[in-house]
Amino acid sequence: METLHHLAEGFQIALTMQNIFYAFVGCMLGTLIGVLPGIGPVATIAMLLPATFVLHPVSALIMLAGIYYGAQYGGSTTAILVNLPGEVSSVVTCLDGYQMARKGQAGKALGIAALGSFFAGSVATVLIAGFAPPLAELALKFGPSDYFSLMVLGLIAAVVLAHGSLIKAIAMIILGLLLGLVGTDVNSGVARYSFNMPELIDGVGIGTVAMGVFGFSEIIRNLELGDAREVFTKGVSGLLPNWKDIKQSAGAVVRGTIIGSALGILPGGGPILGSFSAYTLEKKLAKDPSRFGKGAIEGVAAPESANNAAAQTSFIPLLTLGIPCTPTMALMIGAMIIHGIQPGPQIMTARPDLFWGMIASMWIGNFMLVILNLPLIGMWVKLLTVKYDYLFPAILIFCCVGVYSINNAPMDVLLAALFGFIGYAFIKFSMEPAPLLLGYVLGPMMEENLRRALLLSRGDAMVFIERPISRYLLIVALLLLVLVMAPAIKKKREEVFVEG
Amino acid sequence: MKIGHPKNFWGGVIFAALGALFAIIARGVAGGINVFGTPILTGYEMGTPARMGPGFFPFWLGVILAGLGIAISVTALGKAASDDGKLERFHWKPLFFVLGAIVLFGVLLKALGMVGAGMVLIVGAGLGAHDFSLKRSVLLGLFLVVFSALVFVIGLKLPIPLCPDLDAFQSIRLCRA
Repeated sequence: METLHHLAEGFQIALTMQNIFYAFVGCMLGTLIGVLPGIGPVATIAMLLPATFVLHPVSALIMLAGIYYGAQYGGSTTAILVNLPGEVSSVVTCLDGYQMARKGQAGKALGIAALGSFFAGSVATVLIAGFAPPLAELALKFGPSDYFSLMVLGLIAAVVLAHGSLIKAIAMIILGLLLGLVGTDVNSGVARYSFNMPELIDGVGIGTVAMGVFGFSEIIRNLELGDAREVFTKGVSGLLPNWKDIKQSAGAVVRGTIIGSALGILPGGGPILGSFSAYTLEKKLAKDPSRFGKGAIEGVAAPESANNAAAQTSFIPLLTLGIPCTPTMALMIGAMIIHGIQPGPQIMTARPDLFWGMIASMWIGNFMLVILNLPLIGMWVKLLTVKYDYLFPAILIFCCVGVYSINNAPMDVLLAALFGFIGYAFIKFSMEPAPLLLGYVLGPMMEENLRRALLLSRGDAMVFIERPISRYLLIVALLLLVLVMAPAIKKKREEVFVEG
Repeated sequence: MKIGHPKNFWGGVIFAALGALFAIIARGVAGGINVFGTPILTGYEMGTPARMGPGFFPFWLGVILAGLGIAISVTALGKAASDDGKLERFHWKPLFFVLGAIVLFGVLLKALGMVGAGMVLIVGAGLGAHDFSLKRSVLLGLFLVVFSALVFVIGLKLPIPLCPDLDAFQSIRLCRA
């Protein structure tokens, strides 16, 4: 009952003209960058951080969240029409979506993707409202040692579930933690790794790191690859799937929603893993698996529902524990801190307006996306034909202005260029940069909790094992590591990501 | 010794070097090293586990990172040579022009304002693309600079210098904002 009451309050906040407007702006921008390849939600949110300074914190976060889930919607459009995933989470949608488009069923594919996503988004919103409060209440009981162990678990889970080499991902996290420590140490006042540069005394801004590693390096990468896109715009008509289609894909949508919601809560799972797993499951369950890859409507419905559900539920650890699961969530934490909101379990009690307002706005945003996406598809398709030669200068100038404006520091622009180089090197050495940002955000928090825990135990590291909550969290983390290194699971894990 | 997976090998070397760098800066060298009268590498106080100094956490993280880097490199040695392990070529042209243009934007922003620095950015980065056309870059630059000025400076009121830092421009009302 209390949840309903809170949710009603949330809707009151989300339904103010101002917040509807910012949710709309966020969804539009999200769809736009989801459609445009070469720029993702991480770079966009980083770019827009300074633009939210003038906004009320609730409106700012509503807009930024809209960009995130809007991008999931937009990403599917390009996957279906161009066989190019606008976002990584739409990679599997390409498999059957593009084939449907080639058969002249592009409209149907886009329609089922939008409706499936809406269903998934609605379910996930209810899940957040139901699950978040008890989780936050539990987290409030955590001591510093429990918190430290929780972050260890979060980071381990994030790399275990992501694809790619485990050891490289852990190294990337540690590098992120170290980067997060740059700047003045709150306990001693010593400026670490600042090299007497005043710009570094407050640390490297999250926008600077994100823009360099995820924005600039992508641009260079795209320029070296050249522009080779073939837009498939024929047959974008008859957007509404008929009864037969809906009946055929209803099961896939529901299963996708369940898988996506569950994996979204886990750190590192998020939309990417959700969409891959949902697709794999559908293929396994299908009476005739050979249809997959040749335009099976379930092959679009399941991953699209899953990635949208996961995009929503990945807000649960962010809002209840203050722990980010994905780079985008790391940026959301950065945005909260910029707006003077301390992320963590106390958000729900300290800022109920923010918490419930955001949840309600997500449902409204999902509704808007269906309305936006279906009739406006023609406009998005036109945008797809914009050549990258016109696109990347626009991305560049917005990024540069964005980086500069966070602190009005020209030095930040130079630093972002340096991170652009680093990010490009990461690509060249096949080192997935996503864990870097998670570590970056958690670095100072981890150090602080480690210090406090050991101060309370007078330097005895056994405290992490003696406290029951901390012990269980560490055991789970260890189990995850052991499990993922077991040969059978290792093989399975690789399979999920190469499926199709 | 044959390197089976050069990508991982050199990636591991980079991690190890960065880890060592962070650890050495945190720990410092006894007495520091004198460079032109200023001692560097004096390190941060380590403290004890119960009362950690600012150097404790970063030092050990650096050590762990260096260890992981070495492990990555060592495992890359034993692997059979494969295609996905081959080093990829760095494409210096887009790298140089895009990053160079961004650096110039940062350096020139105060002096030339967003109008000038933005043009430098767009034309400069454009040189890194496959087919560069000066006319197209300039036109695109003009459009984007005006658009950014409208959105960021006039719309969102972000305090970005708009015009070149010259007296002549101070008479224009927009430039004084």
